[in-house]
Amino acid sequence: MKDKMGTTGLIFNEPLLWEKGSPGRKGLSLPRRDVDETPLDAALVGDGPDFPDLSELDVVRHFTKLSQWNFGVDSGMYPLGSCTMKYNPKTNERQASIPGFAGAHPLLPESLSQGALELMYDLQGYLGEITGLPAVSVQPAAGSHGELTGMLIFAAYHKNKGKPRTKVLIPDTAHGTNPASAALCGFTSVGVKSGPDGVLLPESVAELMDEDTAGIMITNPNTLGLFEDNIRQVADIVHQKGGLVYGDGANMNAVMGIVNIGDIGVDVLHLNLHKTFSTPHGGGGPGAGPVCVTPELEPFLPVPRVVKDGDIYRLDEDYPLSVGKVHAFYGNFGILLRAYSYILSVGTYFKEVSQYAVLNANYIKERLKGTYHLPYDRPCMHECVFTDKHQQEHHVATLDIAKRLMDHGFHPPTIYFPLVVSGAIMIEPTESESKETLDQFIDAMKQIAQEAVDCPDCLHESPQFPKVRRLDETAAARNPCLKG
Amino acid sequence: MRYLPHTKEDIQEMLQVVGAADLDALFSSIPDECRRKEAMNLPDPITEWELNGHMDCMAASMGAPPFYKVFMGAGSYHHYIPEITRQLLLRSEFFTAYTPYQPEISQGTLQTIYEYQTLVTRLLGMDVANASMYDGASGLAEALLMTIRATRRKKVAVSRVVHPLYRQVVKTYFAPTGFEVVELPVGTDGRTDLSGLADLGELAGVALQSPNFFGCIEDLEAAGKAIHTDKKTLFVVGFSEPLAYGLLKSPGACGADIACGEGQSFGIPQSFGGPGLGMFAAKQKYVRTMPGRLIGKTTDRDGKTGFVLTLATREQHIRREKATSNICSNQGLCATAATMYMAAVGGTGIRELSRLNRDRAEYLKASLAKAGHTSPFSAPTFNEFVVRFPDGFADTWQALLEKKIVAGLHLAPYYPEMSDCWLMCVTETISKNTIDSLVKEVVK
Ligand SMILES: Cc1ncc(COP(=O)(O)O)c(C=O)c1O
Repeated sequence: MKDKMGTTGLIFNEPLLWEKGSPGRKGLSLPRRDVDETPLDAALVGDGPDFPDLSELDVVRHFTKLSQWNFGVDSGMYPLGSCTMKYNPKTNERQASIPGFAGAHPLLPESLSQGALELMYDLQGYLGEITGLPAVSVQPAAGSHGELTGMLIFAAYHKNKGKPRTKVLIPDTAHGTNPASAALCGFTSVGVKSGPDGVLLPESVAELMDEDTAGIMITNPNTLGLFEDNIRQVADIVHQKGGLVYGDGANMNAVMGIVNIGDIGVDVLHLNLHKTFSTPHGGGGPGAGPVCVTPELEPFLPVPRVVKDGDIYRLDEDYPLSVGKVHAFYGNFGILLRAYSYILSVGTYFKEVSQYAVLNANYIKERLKGTYHLPYDRPCMHECVFTDKHQQEHHVATLDIAKRLMDHGFHPPTIYFPLVVSGAIMIEPTESESKETLDQFIDAMKQIAQEAVDCPDCLHESPQFPKVRRLDETAAARNPCLKG
Repeated sequence: MRYLPHTKEDIQEMLQVVGAADLDALFSSIPDECRRKEAMNLPDPITEWELNGHMDCMAASMGAPPFYKVFMGAGSYHHYIPEITRQLLLRSEFFTAYTPYQPEISQGTLQTIYEYQTLVTRLLGMDVANASMYDGASGLAEALLMTIRATRRKKVAVSRVVHPLYRQVVKTYFAPTGFEVVELPVGTDGRTDLSGLADLGELAGVALQSPNFFGCIEDLEAAGKAIHTDKKTLFVVGFSEPLAYGLLKSPGACGADIACGEGQSFGIPQSFGGPGLGMFAAKQKYVRTMPGRLIGKTTDRDGKTGFVLTLATREQHIRREKATSNICSNQGLCATAATMYMAAVGGTGIRELSRLNRDRAEYLKASLAKAGHTSPFSAPTFNEFVVRFPDGFADTWQALLEKKIVAGLHLAPYYPEMSDCWLMCVTETISKNTIDSLVKEVVK
């Protein structure tokens, strides 16, 4: 196929909700009034919100049109690095909508919630097996919530030892949530520079690690898509000074069945079920960020824990060293359920999932290196990071390349992250993409590189096909208009 | 495996390009000492229909509507979810997209969340709302941390009738910070007793919940005045039942500086407690200390209106350890559901629906009172209330489970001094007939 995949189609304009409708319309089926109206102190009563009145079809058309301005994994390849935009199986949605689960009240007695508790218990077991860290809490609601939980565990662990510590080491390749989560727990984050190969050097860690440092947060594979091959030495250094090792497991999709995270010295790890375990990203969430820890740290996990007594599943609050609760109930159960459904469907194929994810990333890396500058030319894991260095000679930047990809029918990769690489283009294809799709993506990237030489302005003027063209983000921030 | 597209031939061709002898060789950069030696012990994959059977079977053990009549609220409410919400949410352009980092191809999400922000500010009477927090509990914790940032004070006060589980989360968030959380007592009417406020010293923020955990509607206006006698203190209004604001005076109208709570009632399945929706709104002057994402309106190169993520310099991906919060992935799809719900119910509908919730709950309250089971509290309530039952009700409650009735939530685990009290909830999904049948069971 020589044509670009992106093309123009019939795109509808659609006003804002409150610019539609007519007072008195309703889009919701309201029950018959079968009881009398009761008086209420007028001082407590308000005017009611100024919502528009719309019919059911008004609402359906509105959101159908809006959805058509969006690009999702079902629309096409979405190689957003660090986000693992793999296919979100349809069956997971079916399972989540079963009335017994969807309609379940969280405070039902245990006798009436055995199915949900069993599901969480078994999920804990599977995640423990996949990571090699056997004690699991599925309560955190997203990756960064898992990080926060992990940092709470760091704090509680050192406090319990009688020596609270104040600092946490964080490599320069880390995601922004790492230092932000550490800060929420009152830790000062101390940056660690990665070495010339893009990975941590044990000596850099040794230099900074001291007895006031609670531990280190490491993403492995790191955000350059490289395996931190000194992880064991780094973990030893941290452990020798009494510190703990936190693993940001956002990139677990690369190493399932390949690395036992518990064996390489990690004490606490969070997983992003909305990445590795196929649950939908929902335009920003909800996700789930279970935390997996060593047996030694189990007493610190959030409560309630889901436990099994004989054949009965129970919620257990009795963990005096626990960091407490991080969610009103038990976390994003509906997301846990989708991940569980994925795990049962994939079963023994998890190693293949990681192998193909890594194969796809290396295939792209090999075929695009030369065309795009590859700052770390070594075998990558599930993602590869290029830069715009070659294209800069023609005054074309990463942003232009990303925008042009839209015209070709692809979602752009993650750009300008990680921060240690200037003009980063971070590509994570995932195992979901077939070779044909990867080839189309590679062709598009090559055409764009050629265009950068022949017609830089074509790139500056892109994208051409979407509903809107480049938006003025500076004006949006200078004069914020946050509601209508 | 149907999620994995590669054929043997694909793999061979790709390995050749990569220059790896086999799949294992792809991992040569991982030192041997880091390689997993043992295979993962996972079950054989099951088919789609086996999975359906397995999940249906597990779900059948759950005490959920329509088979069970659940008179329990306490932060999770059974409201009717319109079929359009369910189906529109399955538009995969919404649910398989991520954070709208690339606005040109994310206008669907962006406009929806802008509409969400707008409708939430209108509901709560506030100036700005963010694109969501994880849930009502973490939202409250973040709100209280925000009052500390805004005032540079070190202590906050939280009413004892704020949802007990929310207070536990607040405690967790505050534990390592060194900031202090004190509790405000409950008055005999079931509302927060603010009479001791002046003795608590300099407070960054004071949080009430309305309707509170006992279902009582707080006198927010009076509370706001009392709290604002110290001009620096921020008044935080929490909630677990946003539908109440179809009827009640909004937090903003009562002087709230921050309003935050759980939005599950708006089109989101209860789903054993999550995912829900942390709604979060504030006065304009605090926008730059707010946590979470914000969507703003702007124009494109051709002057066309469009929407983008904005004020990101508050956020972790720019500001790292100095960010206002660590939140990244939020509850975007739940916010989308809430937008669809608010659009479908509309301004006229929400007034009616809200009224009906109150009136049905009042009907149960009156029916129980007639039989001698009264509420210990006199303050007006919305769709839940506390009722005191005689000795032995715990057995009745247990026996009613056999009849597929969950007759409220026992308060003993949350308020040990209220061991004879239950929290009852009625929404529009429970008809008068069903209420009557509960009363018959309880009274006999
Ligand atoms: C490396 C890394 N760490 C942490 C996170 C935070 O996860 P979440 O967005 O689920 O909070 C992300 C993704 O957003 C990530 O890519």
